[in-house]
Amino acid sequence: MTVVIVCAAYVLASLGSDSRIPANIIPFLIAVIALFMGAHFAVRKLAPGADPILLPTVTLLNGLGYVVIAGLNEKLAAAQATWTAIAIVGFVFTLWWVKRPRDLERYRYTFALVGIGLLLLPLVPGLGYDAGSGSKIWVKLGPINFQPGEIAKVALAIFFAAYLADQRELIATSQWKIGPLRLPHPKYLGPVLIAWGVTLLVMFYQKDLGSSLLFFALFLVMIWVATQRTSFLVIGGGLFAAGAVFAWRTLDHVKVRVDIWLDPWKTPSGNGYQIIQGMFAMAFGGLTGTGLGRGGDTRIPAAENDFIFAVIAEELGLVGGALIIIAYLLVIGSGLRIAADTDQVFDKLLATGFTLLLGLQAFIIVAGVLRLLPLTGVALPFISYGGSSLVMNYVILALLLRISDQTSKRAMNRAAAEVAA
Amino acid sequence: MNRNIMKLGVVLVVLYVALFAKLNWIQVVDKNSLDSNPLNTAQVRRDFNRPRGTILTADGTVIAQSVANPDTNSEFKRMRVYPEGELFGQTTGYFSFRYGSSGLERQYNDELSGSTFDQQVKSFGDLFVARENVGNVSLSLRKDIQETARTQLGNREGSVVALDPRTGAILGFWSWPSYDPNTVSSLDKTVAETSWKFLNAAPGVPMRAHFYQDRYFPGSTFKVVTSGIGLQTGKVTNTEPVYPFTNGYTPEGTNKPIMNFGGETCGGTLPEILRVSCNSSFAQMGAETIGAVDMVAGAGSFGFNATVPIDMPEPVKSVFPTNVGNNQAKLAMSSIGQNDVQATPLEIAMVAGAIANGGVIMKPHLLFEVRNVQGDVVSSYAPSKWLTPLSSSSAATLFDDMVGVVKGGTATGMAIQGCTVGGKTGTAQLGTDPPKSHTWIMGFAGPPGKPPTVAVAVVVLNQSGGSEATGGRVAAPIAKAVLQTALAAQGGC
Repeated sequence: MTVVIVCAAYVLASLGSDSRIPANIIPFLIAVIALFMGAHFAVRKLAPGADPILLPTVTLLNGLGYVVIAGLNEKLAAAQATWTAIAIVGFVFTLWWVKRPRDLERYRYTFALVGIGLLLLPLVPGLGYDAGSGSKIWVKLGPINFQPGEIAKVALAIFFAAYLADQRELIATSQWKIGPLRLPHPKYLGPVLIAWGVTLLVMFYQKDLGSSLLFFALFLVMIWVATQRTSFLVIGGGLFAAGAVFAWRTLDHVKVRVDIWLDPWKTPSGNGYQIIQGMFAMAFGGLTGTGLGRGGDTRIPAAENDFIFAVIAEELGLVGGALIIIAYLLVIGSGLRIAADTDQVFDKLLATGFTLLLGLQAFIIVAGVLRLLPLTGVALPFISYGGSSLVMNYVILALLLRISDQTSKRAMNRAAAEVAA
Repeated sequence: MNRNIMKLGVVLVVLYVALFAKLNWIQVVDKNSLDSNPLNTAQVRRDFNRPRGTILTADGTVIAQSVANPDTNSEFKRMRVYPEGELFGQTTGYFSFRYGSSGLERQYNDELSGSTFDQQVKSFGDLFVARENVGNVSLSLRKDIQETARTQLGNREGSVVALDPRTGAILGFWSWPSYDPNTVSSLDKTVAETSWKFLNAAPGVPMRAHFYQDRYFPGSTFKVVTSGIGLQTGKVTNTEPVYPFTNGYTPEGTNKPIMNFGGETCGGTLPEILRVSCNSSFAQMGAETIGAVDMVAGAGSFGFNATVPIDMPEPVKSVFPTNVGNNQAKLAMSSIGQNDVQATPLEIAMVAGAIANGGVIMKPHLLFEVRNVQGDVVSSYAPSKWLTPLSSSSAATLFDDMVGVVKGGTATGMAIQGCTVGGKTGTAQLGTDPPKSHTWIMGFAGPPGKPPTVAVAVVVLNQSGGSEATGGRVAAPIAKAVLQTALAAQGGC
């Protein structure tokens, strides 16, 4: 079903941008159908009990993103198609390779090291570089460029889920009284705080605000869910507020972002240009949009990446924008249901963390584009152009489906056991 | 833990609802103010990058077209060019990235870009064929008539309007100073900005289409309107009244007479006073024979104080004062086209057209038809009536009287061998010293015994002298040449 929608959208987009049916429609159709059918059958075979909503929803987001990118830039579209193929291979591979999520739990410190190592990688001289966005988050290894932060996110989420699943009782019951405050004992928080500190430092150094916010929220929410102690949220919120004010006062690039957010009209052709052009594009789209391929506002810097939501809202209007929002809510709903359904603590925390990664990342960038929050450059999951992000998001998807499959398998076994008894 | 997961879910839903609310705010509530923000070029940029049809004259000359931008690095894939430059500048208007659009580019934007409903529906069947869905707009305007008008008017300020009185189709629309829209439409920011500034500061406002966007004292050409009102109200015939032979007329409530030019003596019946353009008689006709109420209503029936339904943007109203009820002097002056009466050249041509067309003014228009890229007609203009100031018999009487003015009156310079030509001159004195006037001529021509096929109005501004003969001498040759070119294009008389 979603395959049909994506193909129809692709045809319309091509018609819209240059009034012709794309010459490569047949290979495109075959490729799209093969890829997503492949993913679908892999799920049926490798994880038959998995949640049925996630994959089609993601297919729609991915396909729509491709169609919009194709309307903006055909070269990027070709690259994005390749990345989609790689991502789906990665998805199938992850499903096949990770039979039980618990297997990952054992390698928690490996994941922690890998995660932190990857985060530090762009800071290694000669490897890391700035692709022009002002953030030094890229690594060049031979012919391959990638954003190690995307992989680090997944690795660190696994580490935290594992660590917290292990220590949560201790952390939750430990007391550290300072006057009237009852805080968790620092002993149990050590590794978390270290990882958190390293992450934030690195991120501030690399000037990638969106990812800092994302990591911060990830750790905070996971500890909160694991220990059920609201004090973490309060402390974390306080830390965040202090950090934010400090960053705004002392870091120029943060101050610039906040100033743009407060009043982009002060510098409409300078710093405020991108956000203003994005708003113009969305307003121009109105209720029903200009039609696929008919927006293609190449004036918006990073239209295929950070600002792809603005392009979608221009081409498909409020209807299309709402569709994207609903699709992400479906992903969030499915992900959290997977987390709630499983009785394995690690699985539960991992699913929560992954869902939060997807849902919050989408929120951060869309809120930035809509000027609800200061703009921070992160990719719109499954939609934006970009290889590392797409591949890792599919890995997240595979792991979520794996957890979901495990849960339903256990439920069936229990039911069978009851019948047998 | 599940309780916290649920709380997390609720928080995320709230965040996304906030996104949706803000999206609504931008795309619906704030849409208009964002769309109309001067910094926003979304609409123009989109129009610029989409294919756009050609504008053609009736004799097949391309006067506006889109061509590929030779600068392939530019953000614009296409550029708009005007092969005839200033000759059609005021009709096509410009299509500028920086300044939006004007003229026909603005009027027929939807047709040219292929976005009218009809075009959209028709192109739906082309879903699987590679073709551009634009409209080519052809006009009633003719290049040969434009060129004649340009040559004849030369570098004098003024306007020439020629139209087919039977349909309202405009055949010639020329005024000087004009401008070359290629400059303002340039994709080069500096060229566009420099020429925009220059043209806005230039004397004579070259970017304004003077023939329908400027109004002037119509002078004695307005006597045709006064005559028409007299005939239509039945207060004037070719035999009654007989106006006194005098050298001036002194309206009630003043002791300042309205003098005939050079103190000449004139008077008599309508054909006679029209032939010599007798000020004293027409002043008396308006002020006494017809009266304020009928003069104001009659001028309105000819299109004064009304917005002309022309297919061009922002037409200017011709005006006849409505506050003449208690002011005989003002009414008398207005009746001979002075005081506060002002008319566009288009209006004067339409007055001539009304007499030529049995008393009916057709809606003036430039559009002939719109065709798609394959050459099929998408839509074509259907002529329709605008006003009926005269009955056919009143029109016929005035027709004969105006033919008389060309045969043996002030407009003899307009006579064309073998054709029936009627006309009326005008010299609107500007009250300057030495005397200067706007010199006018209006009229119609056609095969003998048949309804005229061309109506014309010419005004040449700020000419030395103030006699009635000035109009005839200056403007008549222009009108004659334009009529001849138009008649030749129609197959002669």
